[in-house]
Amino acid sequence: MSSKDKGWKEISPAGVCWKSSKTYLTGDWKSFTPERDVKKCTKCLLCTIYCPDCAILWNAEKGDIEFDMNFCKGCGICANECPTKAIVMKTE
Amino acid sequence: MLVKSVVKQETHALNGDEAVALAVKQSDVDVIAAYPITPQTIIVEKLSEYVANNEIETEYVCTESEHSAMAACLAASATGARVFTATASAGLALMHEMLFVTSGCRAPVVMAVANRALSAPLNIHGDHSDAMAERDSGWIQIYAENAQEVYDSVIQAFRIAEHLDVQLPVMVGLDGFTLSHTLENVQTLSDETVKDFVKTRQFPMVLTHEGKTVPFKLDPDTPLTIGPVALPNYYFEFKRQQEEAMKNAMTVIQQIHDEYAQLTGRAYGDGLLEQYKLGDVEIAVICVGSTAGTAKAVIDELRNSGVKAGLLRIRTYRPFPAEAIVKALRKAKAVAVMDRSMSFGGRGGAVFHEVRHALYDSATRPYVVNYIYGLGGRDTSPIQIKKIFDDLQKILQTKHVEDLVHYIGLRE
Repeated sequence: MSSKDKGWKEISPAGVCWKSSKTYLTGDWKSFTPERDVKKCTKCLLCTIYCPDCAILWNAEKGDIEFDMNFCKGCGICANECPTKAIVMKTE
Repeated sequence: MLVKSVVKQETHALNGDEAVALAVKQSDVDVIAAYPITPQTIIVEKLSEYVANNEIETEYVCTESEHSAMAACLAASATGARVFTATASAGLALMHEMLFVTSGCRAPVVMAVANRALSAPLNIHGDHSDAMAERDSGWIQIYAENAQEVYDSVIQAFRIAEHLDVQLPVMVGLDGFTLSHTLENVQTLSDETVKDFVKTRQFPMVLTHEGKTVPFKLDPDTPLTIGPVALPNYYFEFKRQQEEAMKNAMTVIQQIHDEYAQLTGRAYGDGLLEQYKLGDVEIAVICVGSTAGTAKAVIDELRNSGVKAGLLRIRTYRPFPAEAIVKALRKAKAVAVMDRSMSFGGRGGAVFHEVRHALYDSATRPYVVNYIYGLGGRDTSPIQIKKIFDDLQKILQTKHVEDLVHYIGLRE
């Protein structure tokens, strides 16, 4: 709890969020990190759909996927779902 | 209180459940989500009839359980709809989890509870075990004495719940069968009068994650998040807000009650407490719900024979009007609190605990004893209530309390 946290008179009721969750970085929760073998990856994008934290994004300019390590919690769903086994989970 | 104007009213023969249904019909409700359970069933039967006959523009959701009913009510309320449901006993118990979510999300849902005993053994009859078990769920609790008050309280409940300083769900309790199924003459208002009184729902403004200040409801044009996770650094603050809303409700309940009384000519004390012959009282009984009617008749008899007896009926149990109770009982020398539910192992019932707790701050500190009564619909007679007053007189004579907790009408 920091001194910057607001008091009960200052906040909106019912847990209404006054900040976007994008500013709340949760990537440091993880103990496993996904590693991708680009040779095996077919860019089918199933991992972007399965990722519960939207931490795998399609970068249209690069024409490739990107992992956002600020939000990846290392759950391993992407590795489990990858049809070509291009993603493996490594301990940090 | 001084009543200025009284609108035209009609007398209808209604039981308590029908009185609830009529009040809801007239209160411009958008969504009803409910699951039938005795002795509340007539309420949802009547309401589904109104919807089927196109008598009201209300979305009626038949759910598969009370847990789902309350979840649907919360969701509908979060979109800005005016929402009603009804339940009793096991149904209320099944809602338990969602009651906290609803009050925590500050959803002003109104619910009628036809108070009934909890299993086991199975019993469909009236007592307060169901609602008393939910007294810490963050809901405002109002208990009615008769079908008229049931009708009046449901109409008032929408205004109380939706008040900008409150934004809390409200439970209106009516004793199972004694009120829910007993036909009484009920003075009813015209549809227009009720619609004018309840008005449309108001919304406080809240700050969202986009930095915008918007009305507190789910709307695709002004997105916001209600009731997500709050970790140890914030959860506590939201709970403190709910306590403040309860404190505000204490004033709001009285204001709305007074406004309604001016309109209809009917008042129930100050909306929180109803005092009956407490002016010079020496021995007083405190109760909740329909038993107050019986107690008043007993008090009238005792007064005729010179006994300074009186009644304090707690109409609003949450928020608990502790200070007002101390004030109302400042003349009383001995007080009997009647509880229609048990707090097993708790040394008396819930109402007893809280009244006795309030009276710790009383300068006069009357004797306070507890009487558990009417469990599972057992009848409580005037003779039994007279016995309570006799006991209180004995306490005053002997200056001694033999038993703190008594059971009325129980076979040894």
